[in-house]
Amino acid sequence: MSAILSIAGLRKSFDAVVVADDTTFDVTEGEALGVLGPNGAGKTSLFNLITGALRPDAGRIAFAGQDITTHSAAARCKEGIARSFQIPQPFGGMTVFENALVGATQGAGLHGREAEAHAVDVLEETGLMPKANTRAGALSLLERKRLELARAMAAKPKLLLLDEIAGGLTDAECVALIDTIKRIHAGGTTIIWIEHVLHALLVVVERVIVIDFGRQIAEGDPAQIMETPEVKEIYLGIDADA
Amino acid sequence: MSAPTVTRATRASSVATVIALIALVLLAAAPWWAGRADMRLMGEILLYLSLACLWNLMAGYAGLVSVGQQAFVGFGGYMLFALTIFGGLHPIAAIIAAGGLAAIVSIPIATLIFRLKGAYFAIGTWVIAEVFRLSFAQVSALGGGSGSSLPVGIVKSLAASRSGREALSYWLALGAAVVVISAVYLFLRSRRGLALTAIRDSEVAASGLGIDIWRTKLEVYVVTSAFTAIIGGLIFLQKLRISPDAAFSVNDWTAFVIFIVVIGGIGTLEGPIIGTLLFFALRETLADFGTIYLMVLGLVAIVVMLKAPKGVWGLIRDRFDLELFPLSYRVRTATDKGA
Repeated sequence: MSAILSIAGLRKSFDAVVVADDTTFDVTEGEALGVLGPNGAGKTSLFNLITGALRPDAGRIAFAGQDITTHSAAARCKEGIARSFQIPQPFGGMTVFENALVGATQGAGLHGREAEAHAVDVLEETGLMPKANTRAGALSLLERKRLELARAMAAKPKLLLLDEIAGGLTDAECVALIDTIKRIHAGGTTIIWIEHVLHALLVVVERVIVIDFGRQIAEGDPAQIMETPEVKEIYLGIDADA
Repeated sequence: MSAPTVTRATRASSVATVIALIALVLLAAAPWWAGRADMRLMGEILLYLSLACLWNLMAGYAGLVSVGQQAFVGFGGYMLFALTIFGGLHPIAAIIAAGGLAAIVSIPIATLIFRLKGAYFAIGTWVIAEVFRLSFAQVSALGGGSGSSLPVGIVKSLAASRSGREALSYWLALGAAVVVISAVYLFLRSRRGLALTAIRDSEVAASGLGIDIWRTKLEVYVVTSAFTAIIGGLIFLQKLRISPDAAFSVNDWTAFVIFIVVIGGIGTLEGPIIGTLLFFALRETLADFGTIYLMVLGLVAIVVMLKAPKGVWGLIRDRFDLELFPLSYRVRTATDKGA
């Protein structure tokens, strides 16, 4: 299988703070990749670089065989990259259905009844149908997280970026959300998922990369990666040299 | 189970449409039932309503909080005078041409001031308006700093009699308000309008969903500036006299307009309509009290901003779940219908 996303030599810094330091990796079409790392390691910045919200200082990003390094965020969404935000960014004055419709009409480029039908489909898939006519500003945290997912899926992405979508949820809520994400992945969508809730991440992803201070410090099979000293140090506070 | 259906009209919006049509017929017939002073006032109300709808689209939806739209009101007024006096155009043709010229002028201004964010943007728009005022004050052919009057010949080209002119000027104001409200409504109802509404609520999420924010804002800025210039032309066609201070007044053409939109409900279509009615109700009742009138306006604005940031329409909408313009989508599932 070919790489749908190919990142090479990506660098980005804000003055002294380096958020991407020669980041290089490929994501295969249909894969689910996990991204781990401590707070401030540059995980969300990596998403911002992939979606075009940030411009890299150096390096290139290719998506579906095309160099998209200079493309705008809006163009990248139309090309097939959609994301959920760590802190939900609902269109608060619009209904849940209208939120999804924005993704369907603007991102996926659908029109009229076709767009409305697709928006209904993603609301059913993400379990938000009972809230379709509710103003998004009035939703609970779980519902906001689901809305992030629904809106991204409404844009019909080939590559879906999930930014700590399970954070802050109860275990029961988390299980339901994982089911939805598994279904989306089984439908052929490539996923990159940043998550601190490891048990959620590890039932979905097939491979993980670990980032710290913008550097990739480990990459590979999730179970093996969790056993490496670097990751143990980050997540369990165990001194790697001990 | 049948598939969910999506509709937009509500009972309130159907009732509102009927009421609006009746009101429109009554307003169109005003020259036959209203006195001269009342008609002048109604004409002024309709022009303020148009300015408020335009400013609301730009600031309330596109997030372009300009305090310099008087630049385009004055530009439209001066173009009416210049194109009729020196270009020999009919006043109505001159006003339409003023809209086109304002659209062209607004593009380089936008590329300049769109680099500024938030408060800096607001101040930038004000500076641009001052540049307009000072520039037009230099044009001695248009009366320089003291301004000029519309020549009698041009005024008479509108209609021979005074009552005919006043009726025409009123109908132009009514027509402009209908065109502006319909245009804003149809735009917001379209898919581009959906994109603009998304920008209103979250720019970062909107750009991530494929919406070109800069282009959408530019389109809104150019179109509102063009319409604002047309309204400016109509305002000074009523006044028949123009001067730089009157044409580019920040109080008359921006502060009052912001007051109207904010107390009515910013970022909604209904807000500017309610705000305009409230503003003129206050102005007409307090007209005899002099400066107290401005102090009361200020007090009302402060109370509304503190107690009801979404304006009077925001209060009504939240309380009764009303929508007069059918912009929202309602999803009905089979169970809702009782099946």
